[in-house]
Amino acid sequence: MNELTVSVSPHLRSGRTTRKIMLDVLIALCPALIASVFIFGWRSLLLTGVSAAMCVLCEYVWEKLLKQPVTVSDLSAVVTGVLLAFNVPSTMPVWELLVGDAVAILCVKMLFGGIGCNFMNPALVGRVVMFFSFTADMTNFPAPAGTVDALSSATPLALIRAGSIGWSELPQILLGVHGGVLGETCAVALLLGGVYLCARRVIKPIIPLAYLGSCLLFMWIFGSPQPVLAIFSGGLLLGAIFMATDYVTTPTTDLGKLIFGLGCGLLTALMRCFASSAGAVTFSILLMNLVVPYINDLTAPKPFGGVEAK
Amino acid sequence: MPHRKNTADAVPERMPTPATVTIPMSMHIGAPAVPVVKVGDSVKVGQLIASPGGFVSSPVYASVSGKVKRIDDMLMSTGRFMKAVTIESDGEQAVFEGIRPPEVTDLKTFLDAVRDSGVVGLGGAGFPTAVKLSVKDLSQIEAVIINGAECEPYVTSDTRTMLDDVDWIADGIALLQKYLEVRRVVIGIEANKPRCVKAMEAMASGMTGVEVKALPPMYPQGGEKVLIYNTTGRVVPEGKLPIDAGAVVINCTTLAAVAKYIKTGMPLVEKVVTVDGSAVREPRNVIAPIGASMQSLFDFCGGFKSEPKKVLYGGPMMGIAVPNTDFPVMKNTNAILALDEKDAVLPEPTACIRCGSCVDACPLRLMPAAIEAAYNKRNVDKLRALHANLCMECGCCSFVCPAKRMLVQTNKLAKGLIAADNAARKAEADRKAKEAASMPGKEAAAK
Repeated sequence: MNELTVSVSPHLRSGRTTRKIMLDVLIALCPALIASVFIFGWRSLLLTGVSAAMCVLCEYVWEKLLKQPVTVSDLSAVVTGVLLAFNVPSTMPVWELLVGDAVAILCVKMLFGGIGCNFMNPALVGRVVMFFSFTADMTNFPAPAGTVDALSSATPLALIRAGSIGWSELPQILLGVHGGVLGETCAVALLLGGVYLCARRVIKPIIPLAYLGSCLLFMWIFGSPQPVLAIFSGGLLLGAIFMATDYVTTPTTDLGKLIFGLGCGLLTALMRCFASSAGAVTFSILLMNLVVPYINDLTAPKPFGGVEAK
Repeated sequence: MPHRKNTADAVPERMPTPATVTIPMSMHIGAPAVPVVKVGDSVKVGQLIASPGGFVSSPVYASVSGKVKRIDDMLMSTGRFMKAVTIESDGEQAVFEGIRPPEVTDLKTFLDAVRDSGVVGLGGAGFPTAVKLSVKDLSQIEAVIINGAECEPYVTSDTRTMLDDVDWIADGIALLQKYLEVRRVVIGIEANKPRCVKAMEAMASGMTGVEVKALPPMYPQGGEKVLIYNTTGRVVPEGKLPIDAGAVVINCTTLAAVAKYIKTGMPLVEKVVTVDGSAVREPRNVIAPIGASMQSLFDFCGGFKSEPKKVLYGGPMMGIAVPNTDFPVMKNTNAILALDEKDAVLPEPTACIRCGSCVDACPLRLMPAAIEAAYNKRNVDKLRALHANLCMECGCCSFVCPAKRMLVQTNKLAKGLIAADNAARKAEADRKAKEAASMPGKEAAAK
């Protein structure tokens, strides 16, 4: 008789793996990347590729040095790298981006135990570090290739605050032909990615909808001149669809996700209306990341037939 | 989740009588049965070979005619040793002369007959049916739910009961209505078995108080608590029994077996077993004598088309893996599966990414990943707060987990940890009580 495997049930597993989930996220990011190449040129692709490679390298070297199992094949480092690149202008010097990558992977992800253990979104922390370290380069938004008008180099958010933008600008904003960081400008591409993620059941639409909806509502309440255009401007869509839906740093239950999305929306609206709008999305999500354990405790599902212990 | 009901159309076929059968004394939950035969005794089909070892127990009958060859310990799939009676078949399959229908006139004689039938929960649990039906206050029973969900992938033995043994099920329902004074009977069937739904509806139309509910084909629809909720809307509270929610759940094959005994006097000596899995050449449903080796069933199904790497009692979600194919068919065996290398090798677990899939998948709304984290810290209080004991080990969390974590395994360990802690607490309380009793002076001083 040959050797039989004896193991605990279940003996059947689904085909879903972490790697396939991450691959779906990367596929969902592709439309925005392609749009970025059209809007800002080939340097977008270069930065994205370099950033992804650096993140993978950091994770690999860390795990090799600490003699841990190498996990780069789960593609989560690639996702972090791409997202981080999406958060810098296409003119960003490469070495500065590499610093952001190293911070994201080494300090935020690996120091806390690798995938699944970080309490804040690595790409967003990387972005904050770059934002304060290289403020000039991070806020120097290049004009899209072949455009010259006012909206080209200034970001729509700045123009909304100045009150010098109207509904006629909507198509340009949706297509992303305006100043901004390389992955955030094309609203259509980002929405396409979001629909793909929902259709593939990688994410539930709760957080993006709650985030965008509440942000719109609060900006309107706070008297923003163009709350609708503001929804499609800046890093909001990129953040709401790809950053605020990171499994590790967002709540588990549907109710928790709703609270998280609403909180992000309120904070973003507050910052955009009453503070410097730069980084509003980033800081909102990071702040909400910090309260996720509390949201999880508050929204823990009630077990079926569960009786509270005396 | 795939259904893989490949054998749903396979009418059960009787396998040739095996040369020997090995019948364990524990094929049920509760005390093992006690052998009443000796080595060398001649036995016939349906003859008692072991009587119940307590109230929660069940008698065991010879499934072949022949000579008792051995009574010794055998290794069970639980890893424990259990006494088993091995009978060498004479090939005659001569029926025991004492077989006659029991006299059933009231509740007591009905329950005695159920007990004598040797029937236990045939859906897999193996809980003695007579004990389950011994309800102190019959008015507590609001509904009897007949479990025809059969939600485990591959398994079709209940499907065959609902198609082939309609009369036995009808007889069984009539018995419950008569002796347990049951007013409402609900037959719960997964909607992916439309022929079963139709057959049961046709049967129910000629009876009163019997309804058929087609349920969404979603594992674990047949889990007791899930089935009760989906058929009656009642929730069984933690640590309580279905009867506390007014329900008695009985598997359709179990009920048919009870009815068969009461009508014919032939106790449970054979089972319809689904033989399937990626390594089996001709998957089919087999009528097998209890005690026949798994290997003899696989042989009857054309042997293996590829080398089996894992062999299971039951379905792939809750089935038990065994180390070889010598293990016998037991009363509660509804299927045996042989899986090839591709299906047998489980993926390596990776780190939890906190996606929450397990929370969404848990039919009891537990948080498997949180239970795992609490177990890893051996935090018993947290495990209690997370209600780890509620887990019915259906396997949904492990199935969906993209990181391939062994969540069910960890939850089983967590239950063990809670049980050990409960025992330690009780011992400590007992010790304190004893101390207090032996030092009355101190107690008085304290007052």
